[in-house]
Amino acid sequence: MAVILLILVLTGFYLSWRATRLDRLHHRVETARAALDAALLRRAAAVLDLVASDRLDPASATVLTAAANRARRADDDHRELAESALSVALRTTLAGHGGPTADPWRAEVLLAARGVHLARVFHNDAVSDTRRARRSRLVRVLRLAGTAALPDYFEMDDQVTVTARTRPRADPD
Amino acid sequence: MGIVCPYSWDVPGGVQQHVGDLAETLMAMGHHVSVLAPVGDPDHPTPPHLVSAGRPVPVPYNGSVARVRFGPRTSARVRRWIAEGGFDLLHVHEPAAPSVSLLACWAADGPIVATFHTSNPRSRAMSATSTALRSALEKINARVAVSEAARRTLVEHVGGDAVLIPNGVSVRRFAHADPLPGWPGEGGSLGFLGRLDEPRKGLAVLLAAFVRLARHRPGLRLLVAGPGDPDLSGVPDDLRDRVVLVGRLDDVDKVRAYHSTDVFCAPNLGGESFGIVLTEAMAAGAAIVASDIPAFDAVLDGGAAGELFGVGDPDHLAARAAVLLDDPDRRTALSEAARTAVRAYDWGTVAADIAHVYETVLTGDGHGPVRPSRIRPESGTPIGPFPRGERP
Repeated sequence: MAVILLILVLTGFYLSWRATRLDRLHHRVETARAALDAALLRRAAAVLDLVASDRLDPASATVLTAAANRARRADDDHRELAESALSVALRTTLAGHGGPTADPWRAEVLLAARGVHLARVFHNDAVSDTRRARRSRLVRVLRLAGTAALPDYFEMDDQVTVTARTRPRADPD
Repeated sequence: MGIVCPYSWDVPGGVQQHVGDLAETLMAMGHHVSVLAPVGDPDHPTPPHLVSAGRPVPVPYNGSVARVRFGPRTSARVRRWIAEGGFDLLHVHEPAAPSVSLLACWAADGPIVATFHTSNPRSRAMSATSTALRSALEKINARVAVSEAARRTLVEHVGGDAVLIPNGVSVRRFAHADPLPGWPGEGGSLGFLGRLDEPRKGLAVLLAAFVRLARHRPGLRLLVAGPGDPDLSGVPDDLRDRVVLVGRLDDVDKVRAYHSTDVFCAPNLGGESFGIVLTEAMAAGAAIVASDIPAFDAVLDGGAAGELFGVGDPDHLAARAAVLLDDPDRRTALSEAARTAVRAYDWGTVAADIAHVYETVLTGDGHGPVRPSRIRPESGTPIGPFPRGERP
């Protein structure tokens, strides 16, 4: 009897620990998603500021304004495409000015774009950890994840600079 | 913020150097920093922001012997450091190593950034199959890898992804120095720095190239710096005295060595995940000839900041070096290009990028300072309030 009780208690502890771990993972995804949203907004705002600073040719200004506004207004289903389109627009208009720049508006755009890349990697990393934890049979059978939705990756093209290395090569490792 | 270094502070090593430079740069930027690391020799000079996690023990890890620290007493010390630090964020280094970084991941509740340095495709220690390791690594909010190779190691063994932020070099420390006495000399000189008895550093390739060059250049000398016994059997006796071995150098003389030769050679055969020697040489403004392994190719901007030669090919190395030895203008141009390219790797730039990671992690996390977790994840047993002070 005592043995059964002990096993039940230990099982209880173990399950509550597994549930805590899952809860923590979901929390990690949520904060990472909030950081990603903030980074995307900062990038769009930086692009509009750069346009407003009146130092671009009219064609680039038009393209960037349209792309930044589309990215800001896109709903969840179209957000990844709209943000990718803004990356492409930036890559075309800034044309490889990836190095240090003295222009504060341009620098802010590059910094904000770097922030998008960082936030997106951290977010997708959290998503993949969470999805892996939720694949476990124990978690599925006992519904340890509760009602939390399965998180989705945020897939987009986040490169805005053309890298100096133009010679792709096979890696010997 | 709190930074955790898993390896003994008083032993020189890449991770320790990285943590030390990062801490100093962050403090210069106005951050409050505390570093936790094992310290073996209590008389070793330590900076005021360093907190000792106790004496390290040698443990075989990742193919060599690492001086690390773990156990229940260490665990309590880590928890106390976290409780008393009131950190906004923890930055742990090499969290898969069996040491204080991993203990900090276990013990902490709050934002955690981790930097992965290891680039070992066969690292068994990194295969995070154990639940304990996995549950600790799951708490990390942001993963950083110092090189593409380190990132690939992480992705293969742990899964997920990491952002790439290279090692920094303190450009200011290497920028100016007098050459070692008697160098570079009239007849031209080549330089090498690295472990002499480690074949992957490629000294044998450089010696072979030197023999080819020295036959036609009576004054040419080779400066070889670094620890270990080199194999000089490939060098004929009459050239032996033109290969100058200066042994292991201290930090000051190392900087002088980079300024002592006309051409600096990095003949490494592979296994370099980043190439810290190269960035140091670039910071010193050396004219560089390096093997075209991916890490060097990337750091030298595909050959713009230094000449590349086919890896393991002494003839190609000799040809590249000969051109530079005969052309001072080309050397000056390369030196300038190297000084410009290395700015991307200066600690100022690198630490700003790391601070950007901190900002990103702290955005959207309204969770206050890092606390010791109430639940000890390795056993699943609640331990109640955190024990203050070390129990005997």
